[in-house]
Amino acid sequence: MRIALFITCVNDLMFPGTGKAVVSVLERLGHTVDFPEAQTCCGQMHANSGYRAEAMPMVRGFVETFADYDAVVAPSGSCVAMVRDSYPRLALGDPDLEAGVAAIAPRTYELAELLVDVLGVTDVGAVFPHTVTYHPTCHGLRMLRLGDKPLSLLRGVQGLELRPLEGAQECCGFGGTFALKNAGVSSAMLADKCGAVEDTGAEYVVAADNSCLMHIGGGLSRRAATARPIHYAEILASTGSAS
Amino acid sequence: MNGTGNIVALKPFPDAARLELDDAQLRTNLRRATHTIRDKRLRVVGEVDDWEQLRLSGAAIKDDVLARLPELLERFEEAATKAGAVVHWARDSAEACEIVTALVKETAAREVVKVKSMATQEIGLNEALEAAGIAATETDLAELIVQLAEDTPSHILVPAIHYNRSQIREIFLSKMPGVTRGLTDEPRALAEAARKHLRAKFLTATVGISGANFAIADTGTLVVVESEGNGRMCLTLPQTLISVVGIEKILPDFSSLDVFLQLLPRSSTGERMNPYTSMWTGVTPGDGPQTTHIVLIDNGRTATLSDEVGRQALRCIRCSACLNVCPVYERVGGHAYGSVYPGPIGAILSPQMTGDGANKTLPYASTLCGACFDACPVRINIPEVLVHLRQKGPKSRAEHAAFASISWIMRDRRRYAAALRAARRGSAPLRGRGPLRRLPWPASAWTVSRDLPLPPKESFREWWAKR
Repeated sequence: MRIALFITCVNDLMFPGTGKAVVSVLERLGHTVDFPEAQTCCGQMHANSGYRAEAMPMVRGFVETFADYDAVVAPSGSCVAMVRDSYPRLALGDPDLEAGVAAIAPRTYELAELLVDVLGVTDVGAVFPHTVTYHPTCHGLRMLRLGDKPLSLLRGVQGLELRPLEGAQECCGFGGTFALKNAGVSSAMLADKCGAVEDTGAEYVVAADNSCLMHIGGGLSRRAATARPIHYAEILASTGSAS
Repeated sequence: MNGTGNIVALKPFPDAARLELDDAQLRTNLRRATHTIRDKRLRVVGEVDDWEQLRLSGAAIKDDVLARLPELLERFEEAATKAGAVVHWARDSAEACEIVTALVKETAAREVVKVKSMATQEIGLNEALEAAGIAATETDLAELIVQLAEDTPSHILVPAIHYNRSQIREIFLSKMPGVTRGLTDEPRALAEAARKHLRAKFLTATVGISGANFAIADTGTLVVVESEGNGRMCLTLPQTLISVVGIEKILPDFSSLDVFLQLLPRSSTGERMNPYTSMWTGVTPGDGPQTTHIVLIDNGRTATLSDEVGRQALRCIRCSACLNVCPVYERVGGHAYGSVYPGPIGAILSPQMTGDGANKTLPYASTLCGACFDACPVRINIPEVLVHLRQKGPKSRAEHAAFASISWIMRDRRRYAAALRAARRGSAPLRGRGPLRRLPWPASAWTVSRDLPLPPKESFREWWAKR
């Protein structure tokens, strides 16, 4: 199977460790991962902020870049949701693009989907002797219906203690440009999320999206809380006691 | 034609929201109330095996109605007229208020009793009647509280959700005639006080005013669904009954009503069935109001219907499940939305009804978390419509320029890679001092409550290239 990594622009610049972790997990499982360097951004921020015309070159770019792969994997629920949920709508009216999207969108997976649904794995041989709490990010939860998939992977990690998060399914308040346009409401939502994370006493707050984690982590850092954000791919990649 | 009335936000949402966020009591009240209804709804929805099928049916019936609305409206008018009702048509709120005011004046009544109705709140009927010297009394408990407080509703179903019971007691003490200091804030005592106050109004009023949850095209029947029985009083005791109904409330027949009588109570109050369902068809000689009027209002609905993506908002049955699950609504309450339709549904309904960029900040009053879509009994894809309205709506030149230049960078791998290098190098002097705590505008909106990490020394693609 030809697997391509779609790193996503935020991860590429800000969280390269998450990309390295995805590569490491998949290679450990015996797969070859390709990184097509023509990839840039999925266009989610543009499309969701109302700049459809400006998003379209990125939609086309994604479809061209990944057309030849059997599977595309991204460590981001919201970018995958953009491809699977929004691309078909954005492509409407352009038959070639519609066909391109119809071909690639169903083969674009969030990491947990690829591991659990496609490769049939829940134990990736990871060791992570720490307490963690899991925040299901909105697009993973309600657009991709990831459900228990990331959790089932975390449960397979040796030494990991999972603590339940109060109000887990509530949005952290990020919402892309919402965090800036409605900073007050966003901060109020974040305060509740950070409070819930702190209440668990866990060392790490885990999620499937680094943009949400950057938001929650930014709030925790401002509150001088001890809990730190970490993408679950990095936990799955971990094989020792290093944090 | 654009809609008018109490559906126009006077302040941009972020400004209005900021004021509400300062009210700690409000947030406590909202959190308690929305979470209680939310949990009840989840329980009763979970009992229904074919809930998803019901949602699909509800959406399909509404879409069919919207696709042949003119035909069904005419059929409704014909049937209702034949049954003895008088049907009126209003293009906007001013016309609707004029029609209703003239009808009340014809009866010489100076007082009317009202059933809780979003349509009459939308058109500002109480204000119009007051200007004509007619006193309208809200008889739904929560609407009465809001009216006595000289406030506006902040929720579609629970208009006084922003008050707790001790605040309600204070309102009754200062505004309700005949109430003494002995009144406690026990829900039972408060309800009893309202009951006594309203009983006199029910028995003397000669004109009742209502909305309708559904209007059956086949028979000309109107349907009101309620919990307190005040509606039944208003719909049966007065001589004259005037009902203000949005044109999208039409259902083809009684068999389609079946679906909605299952969807609505479970989604709104979290009950398996609502206590009172009243239906009337024109006039029944010797039984109930002997004069019935139906005022069908457009007020921006036809304009909404003309938008292929946005029209799904007209499926709304005003259950308010989307408000109760919305994390934004929970923090700011209904007043921040400026319209009688708050929350996620208000954010897509109000801007479409008013058109012309009024309410332009409302489509941005959402993180697109999708909780509203999951809760909606008629499957309105609210996030989809929000994004669609953002696309259609006005934008600032500076923001447009910023997005256009990012798009220019992102459409070319070399420009993109160069931008990553530039971002990394630009932030290099700051490295080693921890995350950023203060940034200049517009990024200051981020650092108001959040630190920002710096990009690490090497991007992923740089690492990959060296591998």
